[in-house]
Amino acid sequence: MSLDLAAADRAIARGRVLTLLALAGVVAVYVLALQFTPPERLQGLAQKIFYLHVPAAWSGLMAFVLVGITSALFLWLKEPRLDAFAEASAEVGLMFSVIMLTTGPIWGKPIWGTWWTWDARLTFTLFEFLLFCGYFALRSAVREREERAKFSAVVGIMGMLLVPFIHLTVYLFNTTHPQPVVARVDGPALPGVMLRTFLISLGTFTLLYLGFVMQRYGIAIRTAHQEALDA
Amino acid sequence: MSGWRAAVAIAGKDLRIERRSRTALLTASTFAVLIQLVFVFARDTATTTLAMVAPSVLWITMALTSLLALNRAFLLEREHAAMEGILLAPVPRAALFWGKWLGNLAFVALVQLLAFLVWVLFFNVAPSLSLLLVFALTLAAAAGFTAAGTLLAAMTARTRHAELLLPVLLLPFLVPPVFAGAQATMRLLAGRPMDELAGWLRLLVVYDVAFLVLATLLFPIVVDE
Repeated sequence: MSLDLAAADRAIARGRVLTLLALAGVVAVYVLALQFTPPERLQGLAQKIFYLHVPAAWSGLMAFVLVGITSALFLWLKEPRLDAFAEASAEVGLMFSVIMLTTGPIWGKPIWGTWWTWDARLTFTLFEFLLFCGYFALRSAVREREERAKFSAVVGIMGMLLVPFIHLTVYLFNTTHPQPVVARVDGPALPGVMLRTFLISLGTFTLLYLGFVMQRYGIAIRTAHQEALDA
Repeated sequence: MSGWRAAVAIAGKDLRIERRSRTALLTASTFAVLIQLVFVFARDTATTTLAMVAPSVLWITMALTSLLALNRAFLLEREHAAMEGILLAPVPRAALFWGKWLGNLAFVALVQLLAFLVWVLFFNVAPSLSLLLVFALTLAAAAGFTAAGTLLAAMTARTRHAELLLPVLLLPFLVPPVFAGAQATMRLLAGRPMDELAGWLRLLVVYDVAFLVLATLLFPIVVDE
């Protein structure tokens, strides 16, 4: 049986350990960023949010890409665990995009002089966020489990195809976003200390994603199991 | 029956239902006029001229009217379990998608034509040859988003909140074609050279092809029990 309760409990327990580790890591990142990393020359303290904003954006994007991939795999293999993973990853991705969408404007206010600009990446994340709000609206509106899995997988794949178009749209529309400082062809343009803090934060947020997803995945499996019993 | 003939038969059936009742056509056309009226009044007449908002109003009208039209696409099939009847017919599922899509596109195009004529009148758009191109743009955009919309509507029609869900799911898919269409319209109305349009047209065509292919592939999965 693919919906193994014991495995679900193990996933939740392991996820909890990972989450606790990652949360300790987040504390460490804060201390490191505020105390042991020099402030940026032009942006001052506002730049500190970069250590939170960029890794959250990374985790959010990773979450959504994995939803697309597991959705496609689900339609192929019809494995309920893939649907449970997609559901978990979408929900965690939604949370990370909220972090990204709130920290962005907080940084934007002192640096750009306004809370919200129609900057390409900010707008892109907003779309990503709204697309997955729709994804969850659909999930909640379909009662039958197999149909829900199928429909949400289809929306997951459609979302993945839409992403490049939205990307192009928001870039052609407007961009004021800072250019990449880490992922560059000629190597990171960040001083060593800042790069270290950033990379630690990136690792921490990836761990946080894993911890959350494992717990949420376990819960999804348990819910699916319960639904199967009720049916 | 060959796939194409089945698709045309399904589209024909949908349009015949429409022709006999005319409810949806009347509703959608009235809606398309009302939306434009609202826009005319919801602006500062001292600072914002009609010409300034004309392209935006055209594209928002097209987007919202198509939403309304697509919502009814599968609700018809839900009554008297008509969908089961169609699914029993020995036609390929992909042909079923193309039939529904063609029917929807024809319906949307008809409403768009009416909305377009009203728009030319309301917004004092000078009649010219480039207006034909603007209308062609709305059709090109409609081809892609009715493909995405037909696929989404096939799913939402089977949920409890179809009327609410479809707009929320479909609107993000409307953004790229509406953006490209509005940009091209602005350039056409401003009499810009044609090569400035090429990029936007390419975006529309790639979008259309991408979503038609994806919807053809995914539709059978959605409708199969």
